[in-house]
Amino acid sequence: MERTTAAQPARIALFDTSRRDLWWVAPMATAAGLLLFVVYTTWAAFQGEHFEWGPYLSPFYSPHFAFTWWPFSPALLILWAPGGFRLTCYYYRKAYYRAFMWNPPACAVGALNHSYRGERALFIFQNLHRFFMYLAVVFVFILSYDAVRAFFFADGFGIGLGTLVLVVNAILLALFTFGCNSVRHLVGGNVDCYSCVALGKPRHQLWRLVTRFNDHHMLWAWVSLYWVGFADLYVRLVSMGVITDLRIL
Amino acid sequence: MADARLKVFRGTIEGGALKDYQVPVFEGMVVLDAIHHIQAHDAPDLACRWNCKAGKCGSCSAEVNGKPSLMCMTRMDSLPAGRPIVVEPMRRFPLIRDLVTDVSWNYEINKRIKPFKPKPREADGTYRMQQMDVERIQEFHKCIECFLCQDTCHVLRDHRRYEFAGPRFMIRLATLAMHPLDTENRLREIKDQFGVGYCNITKCCTEVCPEDIHITDNAIIPLKERVAGEFYDPLAWLWRLVRGKKADQRSEVH
Repeated sequence: MERTTAAQPARIALFDTSRRDLWWVAPMATAAGLLLFVVYTTWAAFQGEHFEWGPYLSPFYSPHFAFTWWPFSPALLILWAPGGFRLTCYYYRKAYYRAFMWNPPACAVGALNHSYRGERALFIFQNLHRFFMYLAVVFVFILSYDAVRAFFFADGFGIGLGTLVLVVNAILLALFTFGCNSVRHLVGGNVDCYSCVALGKPRHQLWRLVTRFNDHHMLWAWVSLYWVGFADLYVRLVSMGVITDLRIL
Repeated sequence: MADARLKVFRGTIEGGALKDYQVPVFEGMVVLDAIHHIQAHDAPDLACRWNCKAGKCGSCSAEVNGKPSLMCMTRMDSLPAGRPIVVEPMRRFPLIRDLVTDVSWNYEINKRIKPFKPKPREADGTYRMQQMDVERIQEFHKCIECFLCQDTCHVLRDHRRYEFAGPRFMIRLATLAMHPLDTENRLREIKDQFGVGYCNITKCCTEVCPEDIHITDNAIIPLKERVAGEFYDPLAWLWRLVRGKKADQRSEVH
């Protein structure tokens, strides 16, 4: 291996590495996983039908807007908010900077050199994450309401497989949202001296709790992403009559 | 046990190349042992930096099979058997010779950080801190300054954005920014002089840290959030206005 030995180390070309492991598997799997979800979500969002059945409402269409002035699918009025939350999420940034923008594709693997500016200039919008987080918290409550509503069928209280799907959906989204780094900052991460401020001890305890969720933020990001898509698919298939909802109680 | 084949970078300021060596393997052997064997038997002039051989001095940083690692903490049996082991110097830093690089840039960055400025002592002449106030920054004190995080950070390694201080100094800045006694406001410097915005959270620094410091989650992201609260959040600005606090008052930021 030739190496430039001036005061500056040699420029590293895209994908240049001495790594011997399968470093390319993770970014490719991430890209495939994200693309698959985006394609399905885009398709489902534009359908504008088959998003509810009985007490079930697809999370892509919740809250259910039915405005006469809006000629398109109501999902388009909703999905920008959770979409913005995930787009600016600290975990997803890692995922798509690696998988799509190759900055870097993997650790110690040559990055794409296109006058990199980081999260400045155009990407300064990433600082909006906390505002999307406020909206995401509202969505956790809306989807929790949907999950509770899914217990109440036309013939009274009951539990269907769809009920469980929507309950799990609300739980997973809560785990993802309340483990968010912006939540972690706002509940106590912004305090330098807990013993010097009002409610310092409970804020510290809350910060520790959010930190525990945050430790698995990547896991909750992926599981909640695919579960919300699955919840939409389940409601859609039941609504279309392709499958029948399994009534447990 | 079978011998291992190593390809070790040999070179000076004029240039260099990988050179092959054969080394006997023993149980518990680490890559630094192999380098020492080469020095003892084949190439006494092979230059490498090392000191404690216990993962605590941070001297023997290199790239083993392309991964930034401490040679003393990389066991030979953790590497793929039957294939040559490639040992190279850290790519981020200018080469001095063989496996030794010039890491002095880091010390220059360190000098630019304003020193700890504690609040006045209490009436009895002491400082008091609660454990809950300092436990976050205790993790950062584990840093051994091996500079593997600086080596792997693509902002420095690939893009050469030296306006970014790098993960090691984000840790140091976070240590000071979160310190319960420090009175210095550092957010504008963290944003402008030390370039926290250049980090795009790809977490390679965390992946290579031999001390398992969660550099990105516990230092860089909290600093980014503090900078966002100070410079990009109109609600936080309004909240400070309502409470009659100036942006640079310490103990709580937004």
